[in-house]
Amino acid sequence: MSAQKSLPTTIALGVARGGLEIRQFMRQRESVVFTLAFPIILLAIFGSVFKTTLAEGVTFSQYFVAGMIASGLVNTGFQQLAIIIPMEREFGSLKRLRGTPMHVASYFIGKSILVFVSMALQVLLLLAAGMIFFGVQLPTDPYKWFTFTWLIVLGSAASTALGIAFAAVPKSGRGASAVVSPVVIVLQFFSGVFFVFTDLPGWMQQVAAIFPLKWMTQGMRSVFLPDSFAIREVAGTWETERTLIILLIWLIAGIFLAIRTFKWSRD
Amino acid sequence: MNVIEVQGLHKSYADTKAVDGIDLTIAHGEIFALLGPNGAGKTTTVEILEGFRKADSGSISVLGFDPSSRGVQSRVWRNRIGIVLQSTADAGDLTVVETLSHFAKYYSAARDVDEVIASVGLDEKRSALIRTLSGGQRRRLDVGLGIIGSPELLFLDEPTTGFDPEARRAFWSLIESLRKGGTTILLTTHYLDEAEALADRVAVIARGKILEVSTPAQLGGRASAKARVQWKAGGVIQEEMTDNPTEVVRKLAAQFPGEVPELQVLRPSLEDIYLSMIGEK
Repeated sequence: MSAQKSLPTTIALGVARGGLEIRQFMRQRESVVFTLAFPIILLAIFGSVFKTTLAEGVTFSQYFVAGMIASGLVNTGFQQLAIIIPMEREFGSLKRLRGTPMHVASYFIGKSILVFVSMALQVLLLLAAGMIFFGVQLPTDPYKWFTFTWLIVLGSAASTALGIAFAAVPKSGRGASAVVSPVVIVLQFFSGVFFVFTDLPGWMQQVAAIFPLKWMTQGMRSVFLPDSFAIREVAGTWETERTLIILLIWLIAGIFLAIRTFKWSRD
Repeated sequence: MNVIEVQGLHKSYADTKAVDGIDLTIAHGEIFALLGPNGAGKTTTVEILEGFRKADSGSISVLGFDPSSRGVQSRVWRNRIGIVLQSTADAGDLTVVETLSHFAKYYSAARDVDEVIASVGLDEKRSALIRTLSGGQRRRLDVGLGIIGSPELLFLDEPTTGFDPEARRAFWSLIESLRKGGTTILLTTHYLDEAEALADRVAVIARGKILEVSTPAQLGGRASAKARVQWKAGGVIQEEMTDNPTEVVRKLAAQFPGEVPELQVLRPSLEDIYLSMIGEK
């Protein structure tokens, strides 16, 4: 079968889809503004409202930037995909793809590339704005940059997989945002994005500890806050290994669920 | 060689029988039209053949393959077919040429993108964003996406709904050119003139069953049906059903001194036959 040989590989098509997804994303002004500018706006608001210093050399902005990057992982991956995929399903775009020889994995790879690239852009802009306007300081220790890198890679991958999985929940494309956004906002409050995590009630901390955002946020604090601050975490340390393990578990669960629940069309 | 072979196809949803025992054979290079009212089982049948739905029972072979199978063979099979769905309304932030070039990458032997754009008449819109296209232009892009992979078998589900008469004619000539290239086409349509203009054979389907399969000219005994000759005499419309309309007209011509008033010879249109078959007339 010569046709079989010359079919393009799943990876090559995944990369092609990634390029296409990014092009589409860049042409949707609302999504670009929401994804790239919104975190900076939030940083500006919280940086102006809370002028407190949490510890020696730790401003609220410094604390908050860690939370913003972590919730960026949830916004660009989970939230974006869980809203967009039901719309693509409703519009019939997914059904059309289903009718082509493209493998579903190429579609997933394309979405992962979209999430990773928009996440990288968001982080660059947020850190640049944070440094210039809000005195945010970047880590100098290479080990912290190593942690930062795997948190971004693993975090966007898990967030992508969970977003694809959660996209099975909204009944319609139009209603997706109403189903997904509250989940994300509640998670952000519980996970210590907007407030100092240890100031939250104990039950809230325990609920948050089940979900990945708390661990992403804590991981990012280990990158952006001095190590002396670790003593003020719930466990008294950054719990880096535990963070790695929990995010890996969520990634695997996300991939498993995404494959099991993915639907090309509504019926 | 038959491209599609279906025997004893059944499919039910909850307590309704959408498809209730359909047999279908479509030969290589044939243009075959499925006619039927809404809810007759057309779309269900086609979606089973496209591999979108699973039949409850029946044997199905499309290009020698069971469409409900999965895996690598299914990708190879999809590489040989083209599907134009009933409606697709993407957000449309890509241009015509970007969309077609991207879909071309999915296939092992895609057609030339510019050639496809020309054949669906979108030359002037090649760099336009999809969301700026009119309904008819979007539909033509759908058809372009259906044929980009040079399919051996093309499914067209109500392809010209919402077209103006000129666009429909242009679309018909596109289908004619695909026929010349040897593409087998399964078409569903509401338009009987479309079926008559394009199809080699038509099947009328109602309540999940095929009522008849025939050529458009012979459907429902159309070719042998009696003609109705109508004229006016004494202020009243007269008519006669006959197998020899010429004879009747000759008789009338002798009867009247000049023009036969309001003379008409009527044969049942495909639409008349179709409506009487599905019990609407």
